[in-house]
Amino acid sequence: MTTIAEKTKDLVRVDKRDGKLALAHIYVAFIALAIGGLCGLLQTLVRSGTFTLPWGIGYYQILTIHGVLLGLILTTYFIFGFQIAVVSRTSGTLTDKQRLLGWIGFWTMTIGTTASSIMILLNEASVLYTFYAPLQAHWIFYAGLALVIVGTWIGGAGLISKYVEWRKANPGQPSPLLTFMVVVNLAMWIICSLGVAVEVLFQLLPWSLGWVDKVDVLLSRTLFWYFGHPLVYFWLLPAYMVWYAIIPKIIGGKIFSDSLARLSFMLFLLFSIPVGFHHQLTEPGISSFWKFLQVVLTLMVVIPSLLTAFSMFATFEIRGRALGGKGVLGWFKELPWGDARFFAPFVGMVAFIPAGAGGIINASHQMNQLIHNTIWVTGHFHLTVATTVLLTFFGAAYWLIPHLTGRVFTKQMNRLAIIQTIVWAFGMSIMSGAMHIVGLFGAPRRSDFSTYGGSAQATEWIPYQIAQAVGGTILFIGIVLILYIVANLIWFAPKGETEFPVAEVSEHAEKTPMALENWKIWLTICIALILFAYTVPVIEIIQNAPPGSIGYKLW
Amino acid sequence: MHIHKYEKWWLTFGISSLVLFLVIVGFSAFHYGSHPPSAKVYVDPERVDEIAPFNNPGVHKVEGKDWDYEVVFVASAFYYNPPEIEVPLGSTVKFIATTKDVVHGFQTAGTNINMILEPGYVSEYVTTVDKAGEYLILCNEYCGIGHSSMTSMLKVVE
Repeated sequence: MTTIAEKTKDLVRVDKRDGKLALAHIYVAFIALAIGGLCGLLQTLVRSGTFTLPWGIGYYQILTIHGVLLGLILTTYFIFGFQIAVVSRTSGTLTDKQRLLGWIGFWTMTIGTTASSIMILLNEASVLYTFYAPLQAHWIFYAGLALVIVGTWIGGAGLISKYVEWRKANPGQPSPLLTFMVVVNLAMWIICSLGVAVEVLFQLLPWSLGWVDKVDVLLSRTLFWYFGHPLVYFWLLPAYMVWYAIIPKIIGGKIFSDSLARLSFMLFLLFSIPVGFHHQLTEPGISSFWKFLQVVLTLMVVIPSLLTAFSMFATFEIRGRALGGKGVLGWFKELPWGDARFFAPFVGMVAFIPAGAGGIINASHQMNQLIHNTIWVTGHFHLTVATTVLLTFFGAAYWLIPHLTGRVFTKQMNRLAIIQTIVWAFGMSIMSGAMHIVGLFGAPRRSDFSTYGGSAQATEWIPYQIAQAVGGTILFIGIVLILYIVANLIWFAPKGETEFPVAEVSEHAEKTPMALENWKIWLTICIALILFAYTVPVIEIIQNAPPGSIGYKLW
Repeated sequence: MHIHKYEKWWLTFGISSLVLFLVIVGFSAFHYGSHPPSAKVYVDPERVDEIAPFNNPGVHKVEGKDWDYEVVFVASAFYYNPPEIEVPLGSTVKFIATTKDVVHGFQTAGTNINMILEPGYVSEYVTTVDKAGEYLILCNEYCGIGHSSMTSMLKVVE
């Protein structure tokens, strides 16, 4: 008979078979980082005006690789690897059926990724990761992306089934916090990716196969952005999982409040989907009333963001004071600054302050006109996803990978990881800073080097583009460092046990209300908000649709 | 659910700031009409050149409207027609533009004139040009290999 203590011990270590599944995802993620990161370096060099791509490679080809591999592949694979490990750790080892779903999902995604990548490399799909119609890629590119999405649904179903199983086995009890968070993130992902699935399956695939001649451009963009904004929260929420439920353990503290953490995740579920129009603010064919309504819904995410900021700093302060920190800010010094598992995500949190402020500007109705499609936006999401999210993922990789490979994160590697974080923050400050400033002057995003016919304005942009190349080069050094650390943790680090940190809830926190886990309520509100924000404008888009567009291959 | 006292203050302050911010943005939008370009005017993308006003791109003085000039642009890979325009300082101008092929941008660097042009749709924006100078018009939505060579010039003259 197993005792409770033994049962707990079983849970502490992720089952080897689950670990293998999680690691498979993480490997693909870091391969994508290597290739996508190299493309990023090349882009900044080209745009500085001092470098030309060899062998007839196109600027927009590497830009497509960069966007697809880093925006879609690195993020999705790392997130799935992380989520599999987290669910297995907090709700128990997956059943064979759940794990099989995980593997089917993994291979479906990987076949899709490979197919799409080949099409990009053959220059059949230089349409960037947003693949806006009526630029028309090879149908295999769209089919590959569809497989990636379908693969996430299959893998996600395995994890959701584990959650359902846990709830049935433990009636009346709140589920493990991290598992709950994973399920919120998956629910959001499934609801939003339906939009892009409809776009790809019913619009782009039949059109690129030649089964239909024309495509409704505005509808396709609207479906894309119905998916595109929740996508960024899909990247962010796993970082929040680390912040809320793992960092407190790393610094030796407790979770400030289980209920607030759950509430903030539910608010993200509600307010991340019915908001896609804020990416389409300067587009014709959508009334300004509906744009404004979605602007208001977009900015509601300020509320869970404020909750999160408060919880984080409350956890830090309580811990810093427990360690003897005195005075208003004395506790700050006491935090474990030498621990990369804390330091990297912390720097990510700091980056989120300017990133969030910039995001408010982007989403603010008429203010968007100043920065829409300028390189300011590129600067913005290199702070959010490429700093806040990525540094948090790196911080998680420092314990997750050795935990799964049965190795240890050595002192030397920790030191290197601290250096990596500093290099990243420094390079990004230069690159993203330059992008923000020159974006305000009007320099566009997603553009090859150009003097714009010798325009005086465009001449002023060039020094900033050189600064972007300097920042980009420093960031590439950061990529080399992280790949070195990851390779060490996979193959070379000494064998041993590494803790999978999961924080406990503070004894002062109150009991979690079960209403937070009542999916009927939350999913109903979620869908009602989506219908409210989208029904009328989408009907208008379809009813008023002008003649559709034939496909163009202009690269 | 219990919420800490300081957290209540923090949330009250945060949510009040948010409400105030949205009121300002909304007031500016609905009272002063400062909306992003959101025209609902349609055109057959394959017959743009035959349909008014796109059969006559350029600057047109108009009477009896809320604006003094209408500036008509036709975008196509990888050109704007006309390649250059001139409008007098201080005049109110309505920019009217569309595309004949893929999605293009219509951004005037250093100004608030920034619209997406989609095939089948007409994009419109009214503004007063209150600063003399030469402003680069460029495409800010990826449209193909010649994307970054797609330009025009707005000259605001005294």
